[in-house]
Amino acid sequence: MIPELGNFALILALLLAITQGTLPIIGAARGIPSWIALARPVVQGQFVFLAIAFGCLAYSFVSNDFSVLNVARNSNSELPIQYRIAASWGSHEGSLLLWVFMLAAWSVAVSVFSRHLPDEMVARVLGVMGLVSVGFILFLLVTSNPFDRLFPAALEGSDLNPLLQDPGMVIHPPMLYMGYVGFSVAFAFAIAALISGQMDAAWARWSRPWTTVAWVFLTIGIMLGSWWAYYELGWGGWWFWDPVENASFLPWLVGTALVHSLAVTEKRGSFKSWTVLLAICAFSLSLLGTFLVRSGVLTSVHAFATDPTRGVFILAFLVIVIGSSLLLFAWRAPKVGLGGKFDLVSRESMLLANNLLLMVAAGSVLLGTLYPLIMDSLDLGKISVGPPYFEAVFVPLMTPAIFLMGLGPLARWKQASLPELMLRLRWAFGVSVITALLMPFVMGEWKPLVSFGLLLAFWIIATIFVSIQQRLRNSGQGGLFAKLAKQSRSYYSMHLAHLGIAIFIIGVTLVNGYETEKDVRMEIGSTVTMGGYTFRFNGASPVSGPNYKAMRGDIDVLRNGEKIRVMQPEKRTYNASGMAMTEPAIDTGFLRDLYVAMGEPLENGAWVVRVYHKPFVDWIWFGCLLMAFGGMLAVTDRRYRLKMHSKHVETAAVEDGKRVTNNNTGLATGGRKA
Amino acid sequence: MMRFLLPLAAFIVLVGFLAVGLNLKPREVPSPLIGKPAPVFQSQSLHEPERILASKDNLGKVWLLNVWASWCVSCREEHPLLVELAKSGIVPIYGLNYKDKRDLALQWLSQYGDPYTISVVDPEGRIGIDYGVYGVPETYVIDKNGVIRHKQIGPVTIESLEKKILPLIKELQG
Repeated sequence: MIPELGNFALILALLLAITQGTLPIIGAARGIPSWIALARPVVQGQFVFLAIAFGCLAYSFVSNDFSVLNVARNSNSELPIQYRIAASWGSHEGSLLLWVFMLAAWSVAVSVFSRHLPDEMVARVLGVMGLVSVGFILFLLVTSNPFDRLFPAALEGSDLNPLLQDPGMVIHPPMLYMGYVGFSVAFAFAIAALISGQMDAAWARWSRPWTTVAWVFLTIGIMLGSWWAYYELGWGGWWFWDPVENASFLPWLVGTALVHSLAVTEKRGSFKSWTVLLAICAFSLSLLGTFLVRSGVLTSVHAFATDPTRGVFILAFLVIVIGSSLLLFAWRAPKVGLGGKFDLVSRESMLLANNLLLMVAAGSVLLGTLYPLIMDSLDLGKISVGPPYFEAVFVPLMTPAIFLMGLGPLARWKQASLPELMLRLRWAFGVSVITALLMPFVMGEWKPLVSFGLLLAFWIIATIFVSIQQRLRNSGQGGLFAKLAKQSRSYYSMHLAHLGIAIFIIGVTLVNGYETEKDVRMEIGSTVTMGGYTFRFNGASPVSGPNYKAMRGDIDVLRNGEKIRVMQPEKRTYNASGMAMTEPAIDTGFLRDLYVAMGEPLENGAWVVRVYHKPFVDWIWFGCLLMAFGGMLAVTDRRYRLKMHSKHVETAAVEDGKRVTNNNTGLATGGRKA
Repeated sequence: MMRFLLPLAAFIVLVGFLAVGLNLKPREVPSPLIGKPAPVFQSQSLHEPERILASKDNLGKVWLLNVWASWCVSCREEHPLLVELAKSGIVPIYGLNYKDKRDLALQWLSQYGDPYTISVVDPEGRIGIDYGVYGVPETYVIDKNGVIRHKQIGPVTIESLEKKILPLIKELQG
């Protein structure tokens, strides 16, 4: 009964999505107020029905209803309750339902937080999102219905993939999807702008916070995925350039370019058609990512559910959505115009260069991901492209981008002077070069690549200091703290996100340069020493979990002869699937991780044990968190809160962003209280 | 106008490749063993541990070697087809019980039916390594001279059976 209710709710949601995708858009074109007004209530109705559908699916999982095919395939009565809930989105069908549910949630958010937008604009934006939703719900109902029954019902389910039975995996997909789906808002704004032909700084200001929020979610999602791979797969790696990882990284790269390009469009009115193209690209890559993961055109460790008939459907959907929006772009973008002019040396030109580098990087990652497929299509043989390609291409592209990242925030809009910039930054450059040359000695060994990586990181940090110092000098009278408090949140958010990149680079550089790894045979009582730590193996004993049995190793970690902690890595065998899983033990520290994983058992209670010493590895994820936090801070900037209350400020803000934020402090505090 | 069409053009090329790619099977990594003599093995029978089966005993007839395990979910998918094929008596199916436990394997066969003339055990996966098994289930068609003629990765389906495996067996038997 419950699954049928879910199915019914899904069908009703489809009907509402069709309404949402047609009437408001036609209404906006023909000027029919009642059709325009339909957008908001229909969006909210669709959300309610999708929530019911999702609730029904979650209920089927929680209540172990193995007469539902999806539940029988992805759950088990021994599965702990939190993973039974997570299993709702662990399968192909469930994850797509989550996708549309989130799309509906974003649509509701747009319908609620868009009171200050012209009604036609809202109708078009929500209409476009409705059309995307139609495609996905149809896909669910036609090819991957999560409520399909299994007759006769199974007595027991075949269990959730053990790799997914992990807290990190419970929140990773929703975060990632929030990011993917969030770009649909930027996309819908772009399409609405193309349809209406109206595209000004105000447009950029509307879509900017939405894009930033989506980017924040995507950043956190990718970070969680990488962290999960690190502690769950038991190889000690944190990024594999796997097709599915790349599928999430591509929209991130383009989204990063979009965030910056939107800043230029908002402040200077430039880059208009470029921004629109980026918005289309970011969402297209999110769709392409879904296609690559779900259709089975690529092999990957992630290929959970692959089916060519689904692939045909998604490909057709991709062609309709992306093809028609690019066609619309080719038709309408020439009318949008290019916007304000700028000099060869200016903040605009540097942002443009950075944008291009990000796009080229995205292009080469896309090429590397699809290359095996292209070769295969042309019948040139089956090959695979590995990390060496991606590293060889990605690092050289990012190096100039990071150099520009230091210059950009200090350069003036419209026209900057290169000699003046050099003068202002000579100290930053000198300090970063010297520290980068010396730092590797502190770590114990000088390596050219480490020095180079650190140079990039220190360059970012040094330029942030210079920027803040010079900004404060030009902030008039007052004490240091008064001056610091005067700067806008968006200013700090930019530096925070950039600092996140620096921290990330430090983590990557040092862990690649100095990590040590040993694969050793350990008898009971034997020791191995690494990075100043001694590991003593006390043997392994059987333990059993709710739905698995395991051998748990017992390893003492000693430093200078003193026991500092016990590590207990496990080798698990899951009951239902019989899959073996390595559950490493990790001792996380500010400056290093100790990582121990169980290999194979040998005779007399001895085991093959893998031990890693990974300096600064957590800085990688901490850097990502800083980036995400920077994004959050940017969204809370007072000019976004302000506009909820006073519409007229917007036009003035376009003239000079800085002046408005300085002049309206009183208004802004009023806004914050309200 | 022209340069605004470029993104669309690039996308169309991409779609072309994706469309072709959809019809390819990335899992179909060609086995280097096709056309080569099947690796020789000798192992215990699953049902009667004292009985030893050697692959050379099968010389002179066309046979299927099906790699299976009780822990393998996709094996359950192909199993009814194998049972039916065995009933038809067209071709003998030999099982390679891969990295499994004897009691679980026997229980599995009694529950779902036993299509195998004989199942041999490969608890450590040694034979599997010789055959280049990289996933369960896999099925090999081996001819009268003991040469591997076809390898099916993943579960046997009605389509693969009718289009590829059965015609090939007929041809080899003829």
